Amino acid sequence: MEAIVVKNITKTYGKGKKTDGTLAVDNVSFTVGKGELFGLIGPDGAGKTSIFRMLTTLLVPDSGSATVDGHDIVSDFRQIRSTVGYMPGKFSLYQDLTIEENLNFFATVFGTTIEENYHLIRDIYVQIEPFKTRRAGKLSGGMKQKLALCCALIHKPTTLFLDEPTTGVDPVSRKEFWEMLKRLKAQDITIIVSTPYMDEAALCDRIALIQGGKILSIDTPQRIVQSYPEQLFAVKANEMYRLLQALENYPGILRSYAFGEYAHATFRDPDFKTDDLEAYLTGQGLTSVRIEAIEATIEDSFIKLLN
Amino acid sequence: MKQFIAFVRKEFYHVLRDRRTLLILFGMPIAQILIFGFALTNEVKDSEILVVDYARDNASQELITEISASRYFNIRQAALSYQEILSAFRAGKIRAVVVFPANFNADLLHQNKAQVQIIADATDINTANMITNYLSSIIMDYQNRVNENLNMPYRIIPETRMLYNPQLKGAHGFVPGVMALVLLLVSVMMTAISIVREKETGTMEVLLVSPFKPVLVIFAKAFPYLLLSLVNVAAILFLSVFVLDLPVKGSLPLLFAESTLFIITCLALGIFISIKTDSQQIAMLISLMGMLLPTMMFSGFLFPIENMPYPLQILSNIVPSKWFYIIVKSIMIKGLGLNAIWKETAILAGMTLFLLAISLKSFKIRLQ
Repeated sequence: MEAIVVKNITKTYGKGKKTDGTLAVDNVSFTVGKGELFGLIGPDGAGKTSIFRMLTTLLVPDSGSATVDGHDIVSDFRQIRSTVGYMPGKFSLYQDLTIEENLNFFATVFGTTIEENYHLIRDIYVQIEPFKTRRAGKLSGGMKQKLALCCALIHKPTTLFLDEPTTGVDPVSRKEFWEMLKRLKAQDITIIVSTPYMDEAALCDRIALIQGGKILSIDTPQRIVQSYPEQLFAVKANEMYRLLQALENYPGILRSYAFGEYAHATFRDPDFKTDDLEAYLTGQGLTSVRIEAIEATIEDSFIKLLN
Repeated sequence: MKQFIAFVRKEFYHVLRDRRTLLILFGMPIAQILIFGFALTNEVKDSEILVVDYARDNASQELITEISASRYFNIRQAALSYQEILSAFRAGKIRAVVVFPANFNADLLHQNKAQVQIIADATDINTANMITNYLSSIIMDYQNRVNENLNMPYRIIPETRMLYNPQLKGAHGFVPGVMALVLLLVSVMMTAISIVREKETGTMEVLLVSPFKPVLVIFAKAFPYLLLSLVNVAAILFLSVFVLDLPVKGSLPLLFAESTLFIITCLALGIFISIKTDSQQIAMLISLMGMLLPTMMFSGFLFPIENMPYPLQILSNIVPSKWFYIIVKSIMIKGLGLNAIWKETAILAGMTLFLLAISLKSFKIRLQ
C-alpha cells in the first residue's frame, strides 16, 4: 500500500488580480510506499517546504490532490493531523523550556505520554537524556535536532515529515541523524525528508530531484547515478580558474564545472582519450594535470538535469 | 482537558522564566501606581511661597499665620525688595508671592477695603491657578471671620462641596485609569506577542499539525493572561488601598467581575492582532499605537472627554477602556452598584462579543 500519493499538485503564492504570483510547486506527482525513506532533494526555493506544508494540511493546493495514509489532505485534514509527525524547517522548540518539559508538552498535546512510546525514541533520547534539565535554547544544533525529532516521534506517527532536518547541523551530527532515520524505518514508519545536501540523498530509498517547483527525476539513488549517460572525468591542475576556462574552450567538451578541488567534465566523443586533453591543457600552460575517469554522483546527475 | 492544562502550564513557564516579561507584568503596574500617586500628582502640596509684609500689623500677621497653617504652603523668609522677589522666581525656588502693602490693617478698618497682591509663577498654569485659588479662599475665609460682627446685608457665600473626593486627592482619577492601562497592556500586547512568537519560531506549525483543536490553542494561550491580569487588578487595588489610602467604596466582587469582562475584551483584541500579524515587533507596535494611545487620549483618564471637539467625543465611544474607566470610577469612588452601570457594562459586553466573533471568524486552521 502507498503511504503518500501526490497527484498533479500546484501551488502559487500571492496570486492577485494584477500579478500572477510566484509558482512554488508546479504540477508535482509522486508516491511514497509504506515504510519507505523518501528524499526530496533540491536547492533552497525549489518548493520542498511548500510540498511538505501541503502534505501536512497546512496549505491547500491550488489544483491537484494528495492523500496521506489514504486520507485526503484537504477534506480529511483532522485525521492526518492526528497521525503524522512533522518537523518544520525552522522548528526551534520552546527555547525557555527544558528538554524534558518540551518532550512532555508535545507528548501531552498529542494525547500520549513519554512512557507510552519511550521505545520509539529511546535510541535518540538516551543521547540527550543526561541534559534533560537543560533549556532547549542552550543546546547545540545537533542536540536540538535530536530533541525535535523526539518531539515529532513521541506520538508514534505513521508518517514522519522532516523538512531540512540537518540544515545547520555539523557533519558528525548529520551522520548520526541519518543513522537514526534508518533505525526508525525499521519500525515501519514512513519517512519523507527534504535536504539541500546531495550526499544525504544517497542514504534514501528513493529520491525526487526538485528544482523550481518541478520534479526533474524520481528514482533510487543508485539508478539515478547509473542512468548518467556519459563517462565522467575529474580533472585537476595547478590553477582552478584557468583550468575551467581551458575546459570550456576545449573542442569536444559537453559539460564542465567546478566540483570541490576538481573540475568535472564530460565529452561528446565516446572514444575520448585522456591523453589528448592532457596535451591540450599542458599546451594552455597548466601544470600538474591529472585526469581520472570517475563514477557520477547524485550531484552530477542533478547538475546534468538542471542544464 | 489534560492538553489544556499542559498548555497553560507551559505558558506560565514562558512568563515566569522571562525576566523582562515579569518586569512588564508586575513591575509596570506597581511603578505606574507609585509614579502617578506620588510624582505626577497635580495636587498643590507644600508649595513654597514668599510673603512680603510691608504692613507688619495685626491683620497681616494673622493672615500670614493662617496661610502657614494650611498644609498646602510653606512660607519662606520674607523678602523686602521687589528685586529679591524676581530673583527668587527666576531661581525657581518659589511658586508664588503674597504682598501686603503698608497700612494694610488701617485700610481694612477705615476704608473697609484693603488690597493684597498675589504673584504666581504661571509657567505651570494649572499649579498657578490652583495656588491663587487656595490663597484667595484663605483670604476670603479670614475676611468673613472679620466681618462676622459687622452687620452687612446681602451677602452670598457660596458653599462648595467636593463630592466623592472631598480632599481633592489626585489618586481618585488615576487609579481607574492605570488599571485600564495596565490591563490593556498585559492582555492585548502580551497575548498578541506570545501567540505571534509561536508563529515566528515555527512551533505554531507543529501545534496546528496536532490533534489539539486550533481554536483551543488560541484559548489556551490567552487563558494564563486572564489569570495574570486578575493578579494585577488585585495588586493595583492593594496598592491603592494601603499605600494611597484610596478605599474601594463599592462592591469588590462586582469590581473583579467587571475587570474580568474588560480583560476578556482585551484578550479578544490581542488574539485578533495576533491573527493578523506575523512578527512580534508589528504585534507590539499595533498594540501600543492602536491600543495604548487611544486609551490615554480617549478614556477620559488624562484629558476630559467633555472638552474635546464633538467628532472626537463620538470617536471616544469605540474605545473600550473609556467604558471600563467609567465603570471602575463608579464602583471604586462613587460606590455605585450594577444598576447604575449596567449600560456601560452592556456596551463593554457587546464589544467583547463582537471582537471574539471577528477573531474566531478570521482565525485560520491553516497557514494561509
